[in-house]
Amino acid sequence: MDARAIHKLLANEFGDGVGNFVEQPTEPHIEVDATAIAKVCSYLKENGDLNFEHLSNLTATDYLEENRIRIIYHLHSYKHARWLTLKVAVDRENPHVATLENVYPVANWLEREAYDLVGVNFDGHSDLRRILMPDDWVGHPLRKDFQEPSHYHGISTVRESMLTINRN
Amino acid sequence: MSLINSVPEMVLTSKVDAMLNWTRKSSLWYMLFGLACCAIEMMQTGGPRSDLDRFGMAPRATPRVSDLMIVAGTLTLKMALRTKVLYDQMPDPKYVVSMGSCSNCGGLFQLAYSVCDGVDKIIPVDVYVPGCPPRPEALTEGLILLQDKMMNEKWLTRSAPLTVA
Repeated sequence: MDARAIHKLLANEFGDGVGNFVEQPTEPHIEVDATAIAKVCSYLKENGDLNFEHLSNLTATDYLEENRIRIIYHLHSYKHARWLTLKVAVDRENPHVATLENVYPVANWLEREAYDLVGVNFDGHSDLRRILMPDDWVGHPLRKDFQEPSHYHGISTVRESMLTINRN
Repeated sequence: MSLINSVPEMVLTSKVDAMLNWTRKSSLWYMLFGLACCAIEMMQTGGPRSDLDRFGMAPRATPRVSDLMIVAGTLTLKMALRTKVLYDQMPDPKYVVSMGSCSNCGGLFQLAYSVCDGVDKIIPVDVYVPGCPPRPEALTEGLILLQDKMMNEKWLTRSAPLTVA
């Protein structure tokens, strides 16, 4: 069963909760609505023909021009040796999406990373703290419009190197 | 009559400074402070082939008994605060060797939002070892350079300017 067939299955099951199927040579993926993602993943995990029992990766990308953030889920089925990519687009100003923690426990740390670096809020997450950056860090550094503060605890972040000089 | 000829042959004469500096440089205990890939080369330097033990150097797991901090790897801003705390915990006299491009100047990652470009923004550095990462031979040379520097210290006036022979 390829991604297109899975999309058809999901569209029948969830109706509006599942968006378009995006055909790409590198990574065909299924667009999913932010409110439906937990149910969709639960279905993909439990359904005997699909068995996506592993959330391999969860990340988020900032699309500044579209004013959107896309959260990308890579699922893997060991049983069928199959991959599936889901994408959820949320509003950039107030990004909210349901947590997958109850479906895949590994989502705990992956969602904390997405929150830390891109600033996506995962509703229902049990422990939504920063995971990589220091706790007192301001902002989410992988946002395209992230402005670096000039100091961090008295350490200047002005980088007086040839690379900087050439770039400016 | 010179002093040299007035004592038996079994006695060696030296200056207090030279004696103290020699004892100190011959038992440099370095703190294990591997931050990134340079740590692998630092381990090699301490290993049997390069063998820092022959200079009296031994790895220590805590800053409180260390004389030397070898900063090996990329220093992030998050780690920079910890580095300062660890340096403050080391007893005087203490020395810092900055190992590799990352801790010298940020290296490849100097423009990254999370990276502190150079450990000398945080703590004073005695010897910079260039390389990405430096081979064990390079780190060994840096440490010998540090020993040369230590031999030129005036024991009672550590604040006096130091010169490397």
